[in-house]
Amino acid sequence: MKEPLIFEKSADKRKGVSIPKSDCPELNPQAVIPKDFLRDDIKGFPEVSEIDAVRHFTRLSQRNFGVDSGFYPLGSCTMKYNPKINEDTARLAGFSKAHPYQSDELSQGALQLMYELEGFLCEISGMDAVTLQPAAGAHGELCGMLAIAAYFKEKGKPRKKVIIPDTAHGTNPASSHLAGFSVVPIKEENGGVITPDSVAAVMNEDTAALMLTNPNTLGLFERNIKEIADIVHKKGGFIYCDGANLNALMGIAKLGDMGVDVIQFNLHKTFSTPHGGGGPGSGPVGVKNPLEPFLPKPRIIKKGKRFNLDYNRPKSIGRLKAFYGNFAIMVRAYSYIRAMGPDGLKKASEMAVLNANYIKEKLKGRYHLAYNQTCMHECVFSDKLQSEKDVHILDIAKRLMDYGFHPPTIYFPLIVSGALMIEPTETETKETLDGFIDAMLKIADEAQENPALVKNAPHTTRLGRLDETRAARNPVLRWKG
Amino acid sequence: MEFPKDIKYTKEHEWVRVEGNIATVGITDYAQDSLGDVVYLELPSDGTAVTKDETFGVVESVKAVSDLYSPIGGTVIEINDALIDNPEVINDDPYGDAWMLKVEMNNHGELEDLLTADEYKKYVEEEK
Repeated sequence: MKEPLIFEKSADKRKGVSIPKSDCPELNPQAVIPKDFLRDDIKGFPEVSEIDAVRHFTRLSQRNFGVDSGFYPLGSCTMKYNPKINEDTARLAGFSKAHPYQSDELSQGALQLMYELEGFLCEISGMDAVTLQPAAGAHGELCGMLAIAAYFKEKGKPRKKVIIPDTAHGTNPASSHLAGFSVVPIKEENGGVITPDSVAAVMNEDTAALMLTNPNTLGLFERNIKEIADIVHKKGGFIYCDGANLNALMGIAKLGDMGVDVIQFNLHKTFSTPHGGGGPGSGPVGVKNPLEPFLPKPRIIKKGKRFNLDYNRPKSIGRLKAFYGNFAIMVRAYSYIRAMGPDGLKKASEMAVLNANYIKEKLKGRYHLAYNQTCMHECVFSDKLQSEKDVHILDIAKRLMDYGFHPPTIYFPLIVSGALMIEPTETETKETLDGFIDAMLKIADEAQENPALVKNAPHTTRLGRLDETRAARNPVLRWKG
Repeated sequence: MEFPKDIKYTKEHEWVRVEGNIATVGITDYAQDSLGDVVYLELPSDGTAVTKDETFGVVESVKAVSDLYSPIGGTVIEINDALIDNPEVINDDPYGDAWMLKVEMNNHGELEDLLTADEYKKYVEEEK
C-alpha cells in the first residue's frame, strides 16, 4: 500500500485537537513583535486529525529497518544491539528530568556518572583524561585536532600539517582541515597497513600529528603502530587514533600503550547506544596528559566526595557543545559498561573479531577477498569475481534486501574497487551469521547463472530500485503542492 | 573503452590536449566509467593558478566523491560553465563536450612525464 505524504492527507481546517477559547485578550503579533522577527504564514501546512497523524507516522516507522528488525552488518558502523536496560536507566527521573541549569549541588548523581564514565573510558583506552562533550565521532575528531593545534600554538610554534593514511576514515582529513591543518596523505603498502618508512619519509617538525584509524578501514590492525608512534614522537608530533573501530580491541589492547596520544570514542558504536536515526551520537575524546589542559570546558572535578564543574581552564579550546554533551547517551554507555564489566567487554571484542573472521572464511573463494589475511572486527570483499558478469556490488547489496538483511557498506573503503565491507558485531548468533552467509552464497550463484535477477533486485521490497541519479541531479527537497 | 591518441593522460585519470600554449583538461573514459553517473562538478574560477599534481576541483557521482588533479601547472583562462550545469555530459562525452579547464601552461616540460594513450591503456588494464 502506498502511503501518501502527510501534505496529501491535509484537509482545510481539519484539526487534531480542539483548543478552548482563549480567555486572554488577543493581540495582533505585528503590533507587539518587531517586523524582522515576524514570520510569514506557512503555506500548505498539513491539517490532519490526530488519528491520521498517528497512523501516518506509525506506518512509516514500520517500514524502517533497524538493528531491532534484522541483521545489520554495516561495516565501520558497529551496528550492535542496543540493550533495552540502557533505555530504562536513561529514563530514571533523576537523569531524564535533570535541568542543565540546576546547580552542581543538585546534580551530584549526574556528575558522578559522567566522572566515572570518563574514568572507564580512560581505563579502556589507556588515556589520562577524557572529555564527554563532543556530540559524535567527527565532532570528537575536531575536538582532538583543535586541542593539538592549541598545544602547538601555546608553545609558540604552530604546526601546519597532519599525515593521514589512505586507510583512515573519510572524516579524518575533513576534521584536520577544519582544525586548520593541511593533509599529507600516505598509502598503505602491500599488506594493507602503513609502514614506519613511509611515515619517516614525510614526518618533520612542521607536522602536528599522524591521524590514523586502528584497526583501519580494511579491518586490519596497524601492527607497526608503536614504531610509527616513536617516529612521530621524536619529531615532537602526536598520534591521533580514530577510535571508531574500538570494538575490536576492548579489554585486549590499550591504544595508549601503543603510543596513541588522542582518541575519540564513538559511544553509538562501541558502547551500544543507538546509531543512526535513533541517536544522537556521542564522541568523547581521550588524551594523554600534555593535551589535558586544552580539553573543552567545563571539566568535571572531584573534591573529597563532591563533584563540580570547573570553568577555570585558561588553556581550554572552550565549549564545543551546548551544556555538557549528549547526556542521556552517556547514561546508556555507562549502563553498558557496568553491565558488561571488564571480562564482558573483552569477550565482546573477541566475539566481534571471531564473527568477522567466520564470515570471511565462509565467503572467501566465492567473493574476492581484497586483503587475504586474518581480519579484526570487519572484513572487506570486492565484486571482482561478479563484475565479469556485469554484476556489481550495488546489485549484490540490493539483492541482499530480498533475503531480509540490511546490506553491508559498499564502495568503501575507496582503495578497494567495488568494496563490500561487512561488520557483523558480537551480538549475532551463529544461526544468524549462517543465514547471512547462505544468502551471500546464493547471490554468488545467481550472479553466475541469472545475472538479471541480481541486477534488477530488490524484488520483494515495497519499492524497487530507485533512480538515485535523478534524485541526486534534481533533488526535490520540499513539498511544492 | 576509448583511449584517443591525440591526448596525454595521468595516472589519476585526467587527460590533457595541448594546442600551442593552451592545455585543455578533462577526465578519461575509464574515470567516468568507474565513477558511474556523475551528479556534481566543482571547478575553480577563471584566473586561478593550478599546480601540477595538485587538486583543482571535485567530481561527485552516486558512488563517490573524487578530487580532480591538474596534469600541468599554469593559469586557468576558461572553465566549462555549461558542464557544471549538466555534469552528466561527463558520462556521455568525456573527451569532447566534457572538457573542464583551459589552462595557459607555464612549463611545457611538465608534459614529458604524462602517459601516452598506449601507456595509459596498459596502466588501466593493470589497475583492474
